[in-house]
Parts: sequence; structure tokens; C-alpha cells
Amino acid sequence: MSSVTQDIISSQVQSLSQAEIEAFLFEEAAMLDEWRLDDWFALFLEGAIYEVPQAGASDEASSSRNLFYISDNYFRLRHRVERLKKPGNHSEWPRSVCSRLIGNVRVLGAEGGNYIAKSKFITHRSKNDITDMFCGHHMYKLKLIDGHIRIAEKRTQIDMNTLRPQGRISIVV
Amino acid sequence: MSVAEKARQKSRASPYIVDDRERGLFRVARTTFIDEEILAQERDKIFNRCWLYLGHKSELPNPNDFLTRNVGGKEVIFNRDRKGVFRAFMNTCPHRGAMVERQARGNALAFRCFYHGWAFNNNGNFATRMQAGTYPEDFNSDGCANLRSVPKLAEYAGFYFLNYDAGAVSLDSYLADARSILDLLSQHGPEGVEVIGGEQKYSIRANWKLLMENSYDGYHAVDTHGTYFEYLADAIGGPAEMPTETFVWDLKNGHAAIEGNAPWGRPVAKWIPAWGEQAKTEVEDIKRELVARVGEEQANRIAVLGRNTGIFPNLVLNDIMAVTVRTFYPLSPGNMNISAWALGVTGESEAFRKRRLDNFLEFLGPGGFATPDDVEALESAQRGYAAVDEVAWNDISRGMLKSKFDATDEEQMRCFWREWADRMEDQK
Repeated sequence: MSSVTQDIISSQVQSLSQAEIEAFLFEEAAMLDEWRLDDWFALFLEGAIYEVPQAGASDEASSSRNLFYISDNYFRLRHRVERLKKPGNHSEWPRSVCSRLIGNVRVLGAEGGNYIAKSKFITHRSKNDITDMFCGHHMYKLKLIDGHIRIAEKRTQIDMNTLRPQGRISIVV
Repeated sequence: MSVAEKARQKSRASPYIVDDRERGLFRVARTTFIDEEILAQERDKIFNRCWLYLGHKSELPNPNDFLTRNVGGKEVIFNRDRKGVFRAFMNTCPHRGAMVERQARGNALAFRCFYHGWAFNNNGNFATRMQAGTYPEDFNSDGCANLRSVPKLAEYAGFYFLNYDAGAVSLDSYLADARSILDLLSQHGPEGVEVIGGEQKYSIRANWKLLMENSYDGYHAVDTHGTYFEYLADAIGGPAEMPTETFVWDLKNGHAAIEGNAPWGRPVAKWIPAWGEQAKTEVEDIKRELVARVGEEQANRIAVLGRNTGIFPNLVLNDIMAVTVRTFYPLSPGNMNISAWALGVTGESEAFRKRRLDNFLEFLGPGGFATPDDVEALESAQRGYAAVDEVAWNDISRGMLKSKFDATDEEQMRCFWREWADRMEDQK
């Protein structure tokens, strides 16, 4: 990477501070914990994608070659949210109680107007007297639009060997 | 003999099942889902005697390729030796027991146990030189230091199975009419089919037999998966109507399938408007090639009709909006591990592969719009069985007196349970 490019990226990253990005990611987690799903969906830009590869997959896994758990375009993500709000979504009805801890937030640079950010997560999901834990890292492409941070891409990498005993990704981890 | 007499002769009542052919009643004892002793007998009489799914030939494309897998509760190496021959070994060192290969997959000329260093060629032969006098001169003359091959390994249409019973019947006669389903699957493309991009490993806190029942249960679709069909109607741009004519196939030996049309698109080869006009031409080409290769009738079954198949005891082949292969094994009466794969047509375009994977994920797997609700249903049933003293039996009588069964009847499950009871009661 040339030093000129480096400077451009640095200046772009500086326009959105580490603290602002952290605050955004913490607020996103709170929306999910509190089942404010419409608010959460509104964070996504039209055309955004949301993906969850299989447990243990590499960051480079591709949804056109590898079997994922979730590979949502904007249309399917909207349906995922709509489904999560329905009692007919039996897996999450009655709703599970969830707690999302976000940490190790790193802003890794900018690429084509996107801010690249990564965070670590620990999510606990409790239902039917059983509490399951998910851990891994999120990868974001974020954009600053009219002073608001929006999500262009979100990828959740599950840093576990398998999905045993959790069995399902019926929440937004 | 009258129909009534025949029905009476076939009827049975046991501690496990009630199969009353005259009245059209079929009941399954809930103890079969929760009893530790019954699970111990299942390990002995079913998992140690039936043919179990091991893997697909496409997973080992080259000589010396290997993968490791738990099959029927035991660690196994599935590999190809230097000559390319498909083999399967118990993944345990004959010396003191450690697994000789611990990676999920790879390519290796030999396996070496990390515990004491015993090494084996990939044809299983012991390959460590010991100093003279360390062991008797005729050590390994009985093969005690070689990797132990699985007692039986066999293949049908690219699907490999193993059997832990050296005296078992051949795979062909075991599969019986289920072979026709494997034939259909292997004919999806001119170069066959392959496993795509990895294994989904998850678990369900429920008895393993509940997943077999669920996997070809046409009756639950509308109630359990209502939200999926609401999504589907929007995705295909029209009402997601379920078929009016469906079929149930008793494939013998406890194997069964349901078959019918469905509202979703199929990469091979049923177009939906949401895929666009370009894809329509491609799907028509695929269909044309299929008709030329296998004939109109078989092509229609492959392209338009889908089917959910259960091969006794624990293999599911669901050819629906995508193709999934699923097998599972009990850790305890109320807990199972599941392994699932996607099958795709060898050589299909990247756009079609992506469409196939998208189709898979919209319904199937831990993050799909349907499978998690099945998991919830099975776990819910398992909790319900704690009341076995008060409610002792499940009912799967639906449609039993009909002359032609529909996919929303429960005949396919009755096929499974008759075989299960035969084996558990030593009638087979």
C-alpha cells in the first residue's frame, strides 16, 4: 500500500472515531438484547448483506462456494426480521432471553468509502431452562451517511468447533 | 383369506408399538424415546448391525485423500490409499487406543499415532520398524498391529456405507428399493453430484428417532413452517400452494419416502420468476439435457417432483428446494448429534451453485427459516415425554386405512417403526 493511500485511509478513519464506532456497536447489541428488531433492521443500508458462515469457518469463506448457516441479502434479511417478530417463529416464541457482550473493537481501515471494523462477541441465549453460549467475532463494513453510521455488510464468524450443543442460530447472534 | 383376516395376521401389539391393521391404529410407546436400556439395545441391535452412511465419493477426489468422521458413535477414517482404493478404518491405534488421525480432512500417505509413534500406511498396514527383540518375531502375524478396517464397506451410486457386523447382508439387498432414490440423486447432472462446501455439525436435545420422523413428515409442514411459507410466497412472487397429489413409497427394510410437487424453485430444474429470465433459459437447458439422458418420466421426477427419503436407521436424503444429506446419532436418549451436507451438481455454473446454496439456507440448517422450528418441536416433544406415566403412547395412525397414502399421512413413519420393532424384538 502506498503512503498516499495510507494517508487517505487514515484521514477517513479519523473522521469517525474509535469511540463513535464502539458506541454504535454497543447500541446495536442493545437493540438485539431488547428485541428492538425494527430499529436494528433500520441500521442496514438498502442492498446490505448479513452472513453467518459455519462454525469455525475462515474469514475468507464465500457464500457462493461454501455452505453457510445464514447468507441473507437485504430482501431475506427483512424477512428474517419479520419472522423473528411472529409467534409462528416457534424457535423464538416465547422469546429467548439474550445477553450480548461486545469487546476488542478494532477499526481496521477504510475501503471504498466503508469503514472496516471487527469486534469480539459473547452471546448468551436462554430458553426452556437452558442457556447456550455463542462466541466469535463480527466483521462490519460501515458507512457514515448524513452523520449516522449504517451497516453495508455484517459477517458473524462463530469461533467454535461446531454448533454442538447450541444446535441452531435462531437469534441474530 | 379375506382382507380382514390378512389385516389381523399383520397386526401386532408389543411393549414398543401397537400396529392394529383392522382398526387402522398405530401407536408408539414413549418409553422408546427416553429409556436408557432401550438405547443400549438400539446400539447393539440397530447401529451395530445396520448399514450406516459414511460419506460420498466426491469428498475424496484424489488418491491419499482422507477424512475423519464419527459413524454410529465410533471414530472412523474414510480414505483412499496410494492406489486410489476407497477404505475405512477404525480411528483408534491398535496399540493403546489414541486416534491415529485427528484432522477433519487432508491428504496423507500414512497415519501416525502421536501417543507412541506407531505408524500405518494408508492401506492400514503397520509401518514402524522396531529394534529386534522388542516384540516377538511373529508380532503382527495376525494383523494385531495393523489399523483395523471397518468390518464391511460398500458403495452404491457414489454413496459409501459401512457396517459393523461382518455377517451383515449385502448393501444392495439392505438398501432394497431405496436404491432407486440414490439413482435419482446421482442422475441430477451428467457428471453426477458432489458434496458442496463443508459439513454442518449441530445437535438437538431430543431422541434421534424424532428427527427421522420429522424429516419426512408432510403433515407438520403447514403448522410448524407457516412463517417459511409466508416468506416463500413473497420470494417466488405468488402463493406458495402445496401439491394436491403426493406419493408415499415403502422402499422396504424400513426405508420410505414421500414425493410430490412443491411451490419452491429447484436448481434441477424448476424455474421460479424470482430467478429472472436468464435463469429461465438455463433451467430449460438443464431440463432438456436431463430428458435426453434419462427419459421424460425420470426427468420429471428429478426436475419437478421432490422427495424426502429416510433410509433406516439414520440417513435422510431430502431433495426439496436443495438437496441435503443428513445423518445423526444418539449421545443419550434425549440428545443427538447431527451432521448435514449439501449436494450439488458437479460442474454446475457458479450462479447456479450460489442459487442452490441460497435455496438450502432459506429452509435448511441451523440458521434457516424452518429447521430451527423443527428443533424446537422435537425438543418440546422430548420434554413432553417426561409425562410417560400419564401419557404413554404417540399416535401415528394418520391415513392408515386409506388405499393410497398421501405425504401428509404417516405411513412412511410406520415403515420405520415396523422395521425398528422387528429388530428390537429379534424378529429380523
